[in-house]
Amino acid sequence: MDYNVDICETDIDYENLADGEPAQDFSFNPINEPETSTQNCPEILEMEVFKECTDVQSSRSSSTSDESLDREEISHLQRHGWSAATVKVLASMPSRTAELNKSRRVRYQASSHESPHCPRPVQGASVLADVEEINTEASNFCAAENNMDQLVSSLQGLSVHEGTRKLRAMPLSLADKIEIRKVAFSLKTESSFIGRNIPCYTHLSMYISTTWRHCLFSCLPVFSSFKLWHSALKTLSGRYGTGVLSYFLFLRTLLFLNLLLFVITGLFLIFPQAIYPPRSSKANFSGIELLTGTGYFSDSLMFYGYYSNGTLHGDQYRMPAAYFFTIGFTLFIICIILVYRLSKSFGKNFQVLKSNENLAVKVFSCWDFKVSKKISVRLQSEKISTQLKEQLSEMIKGEDKKTCMQQLRRLIVHLLAWIACLISIFLGTIGVHYLSENKFNFNFKAMLQAHNLPKDTELLVLSAVVSGINLLLPGFFNLCVWAEKYESPGTRVYVSVFRNLLLKVSVIGVLCYRWLERIPDNSTLECWESFVGQELYRLLVMDFIVTVVYTFLGEFLWRVFSQTILQKKRKPVFDIARNVLELIYGQTLTWIGVLFAPLLPAVQLIKLIVLFYMKKRSLILNCQASRKPWRATQMTTLFICILWFPSFLGTVVTIIYTVWTIKPSENCGPFRNLKTMFEGGQMSTRHLEDAHPILKWLSWVYDCLVENPVFLFLASGVFLMVIYFQAQVVDGQRKIISRLEKQIENEGKDKKFLIAKLQDLCK
Amino acid sequence: MGTTASQLSKESLSEYQELTFLTKQEILLAHKRFTELLEKHEKDQIDARVPMGKIITLPELKSNPFKERICRVFSTSEQKDGSLTFEDFLDLLSAFSDSATLEIKSHYAFRIFDFDDDGTLDCADLEKLVNCLTGETNDAKLSSTEMKQLISNILEESDIDKDGTVNLSEFQHVISRSPDFVSSFKIVL
Repeated sequence: MDYNVDICETDIDYENLADGEPAQDFSFNPINEPETSTQNCPEILEMEVFKECTDVQSSRSSSTSDESLDREEISHLQRHGWSAATVKVLASMPSRTAELNKSRRVRYQASSHESPHCPRPVQGASVLADVEEINTEASNFCAAENNMDQLVSSLQGLSVHEGTRKLRAMPLSLADKIEIRKVAFSLKTESSFIGRNIPCYTHLSMYISTTWRHCLFSCLPVFSSFKLWHSALKTLSGRYGTGVLSYFLFLRTLLFLNLLLFVITGLFLIFPQAIYPPRSSKANFSGIELLTGTGYFSDSLMFYGYYSNGTLHGDQYRMPAAYFFTIGFTLFIICIILVYRLSKSFGKNFQVLKSNENLAVKVFSCWDFKVSKKISVRLQSEKISTQLKEQLSEMIKGEDKKTCMQQLRRLIVHLLAWIACLISIFLGTIGVHYLSENKFNFNFKAMLQAHNLPKDTELLVLSAVVSGINLLLPGFFNLCVWAEKYESPGTRVYVSVFRNLLLKVSVIGVLCYRWLERIPDNSTLECWESFVGQELYRLLVMDFIVTVVYTFLGEFLWRVFSQTILQKKRKPVFDIARNVLELIYGQTLTWIGVLFAPLLPAVQLIKLIVLFYMKKRSLILNCQASRKPWRATQMTTLFICILWFPSFLGTVVTIIYTVWTIKPSENCGPFRNLKTMFEGGQMSTRHLEDAHPILKWLSWVYDCLVENPVFLFLASGVFLMVIYFQAQVVDGQRKIISRLEKQIENEGKDKKFLIAKLQDLCK
Repeated sequence: MGTTASQLSKESLSEYQELTFLTKQEILLAHKRFTELLEKHEKDQIDARVPMGKIITLPELKSNPFKERICRVFSTSEQKDGSLTFEDFLDLLSAFSDSATLEIKSHYAFRIFDFDDDGTLDCADLEKLVNCLTGETNDAKLSSTEMKQLISNILEESDIDKDGTVNLSEFQHVISRSPDFVSSFKIVL
């Protein structure tokens, strides 16, 4: 019995150790069972040590009854080359066996009570947070002889309802539960029916909570059907991976943004103007207008020129103010949404915890047991497999080293590819510029008249050329990327995204120069804003047509070509970079165009919906999942970033420049006879102030927000400060977490070390 | 205490109701489905067992790659053949029901994934688990390098005490970070 003292001392250590058990340390893990293992630890360990030093005649008879059982356990634990004894003790560590032993004893107790059932080996009474008390007691008992009786008595200490609730939450077999319950509540069986002696309000609250839960579960499918195209997206992600999915998700995001834009402009601009039409359109509708936006359309709600500069509905609704503030407001809302999306998707990428931490979570909790159809099960397996492969491919790096010569060759290829791309972008941009200035001195009108084409067709030339460039150059970029032979599909996409972005930015830049500098100065135009709006409309429509043609002819024919003539078994891969950039390009045009053509979001809406179904169909028909799967979590962030930085901010700058400095047309639109559109906003606030002195604060707010730069600076300063502090806090948390992890690991080592020491002592 | 469909006694019904997470309707439905699986002469026996081969023909389980594990975990049979009594069957449904707690669900999930029943998830268990998830077809199955990488990553993430295996509390810790586990660990008759 000499060891007893030592053991008791170490017990204290183990208790401390157990306190530091991982699962119990994290506060974000509310439903865990801290106490079970902690309380269990000393006694079990003590027992095992007693068994090791077998000469000790244990006063606890329970340990002998357990021995035969533990033996089979041990064989599984011969790992890591530790001595058999150490392994044995390790096997009885709290986290490991506490539960096993406990339930086993419960089981034996149960059978010793001559239970008619043959209970299976259950792993134990584990636990809800609110079942803690029982478990602390219960786990203490498990080392003692008559644990069942004590478990029963602990249950008896509670009301029947509480006791049953806690018993229900234990992972014992039903037979065991019935047994325990019979013993525990035998005295109170008369009152054992649910809710017999429970206060009325508990009953009520229980009823409410169950009803609420039922409501929630029955509502869930409804909510998920609000998520547009949910099932279609699920199928696509299962078959093609998250990369392709990110394209479709992005498309859906854009759809919602445009819907919002359309609803706001529709409510405050289009609808009021539609009720009080200033004049009716005289032009005939011939069909070509759908492409050009001229004629019948030019004098309609579609474009800026149609909107009146007076007041509607008596003296109530001032159109210039409505125009100015609606556009400003929508841009503001979109700005907020984008910033929110951006921060959210950044947050996903830069979590406090390591971002690749989700492999274990994925493997352990991804299987959906509800799925029972054979096809869906296969789809689910497929999806899990693709996702795992994507994540793993990032970790398994290609380790083949290249020689110096090969590297040099690669460098030269990269350099050549970049030069070729930049030159082609430059040429394309210059071409658009010269064409827009009509420096080729080409008389389109005369040519068209010679071929007897309808008038205004010459207007289509510019948009057709721009769309053509947007169609052909990405193909050329793909050729370059193919020649460069990138290792990871991620880099490949990033490179082509960047090149495509460069192309689109420079083309739109040139066009903006034309719209903001050339066209307003052109005195031959009656209403330059409408003209710009028409041009944007044409670009959008032409872009749509080109995309349709490309999808049908390009992707379809290419598939047929590569399968029949090149005899390739694989279908081509979906070009994410190109397609996303096309979406962003269209969206930029729409945003710029809202000022000149308030109905443009509606056009974009239709375009996006058609595009979704078309691309989905084409994807299933013509494309195949990428052979090297890769994950696209950062992809979505990148798309949103691009949408934010060149696209949205560029638009805002363009619109602010237009509103602030350019003189509106004198004969059309809500801002006629003013020096700038901005003046319209100013004037309407003055009007408001004069008409309703009560609303003076509104104009004061306007002064502060819009006309006073100090406020903007202050606001952005505060914003930056908040970001800085948040970043610091996250950093600190990360440090603390890594320190805690280290600590746990060290304590694990200590544990092993101490056990080894104990074994030595015993020998 | 007869247990044919019409004869599930009031007492045992309310007892089951108190000790499982199932509602009365669910228990009655379960009973109906269970007796359909029994042979004719067994229908009057209280503790009649349905062999595993029959249980896994249930449409809810038929395509599930874990069907045999589920039967074995919930079976109280001494022969360890995975056969279920009605009470075992209720246990199964209770653990997979809507209202079962995260604790219960993660506990049974752990035991289902513990293929060799040794109380921890070791490399062999994890490999089997991943193979069940991805399916056995050559296209979907992970290559050996991928598998090695995956298992080492899982252990790195979840094995906090670095003993080379994932034990129950570590498993529950991982699960607690997954918001959709409770909703996906469900089987409804």
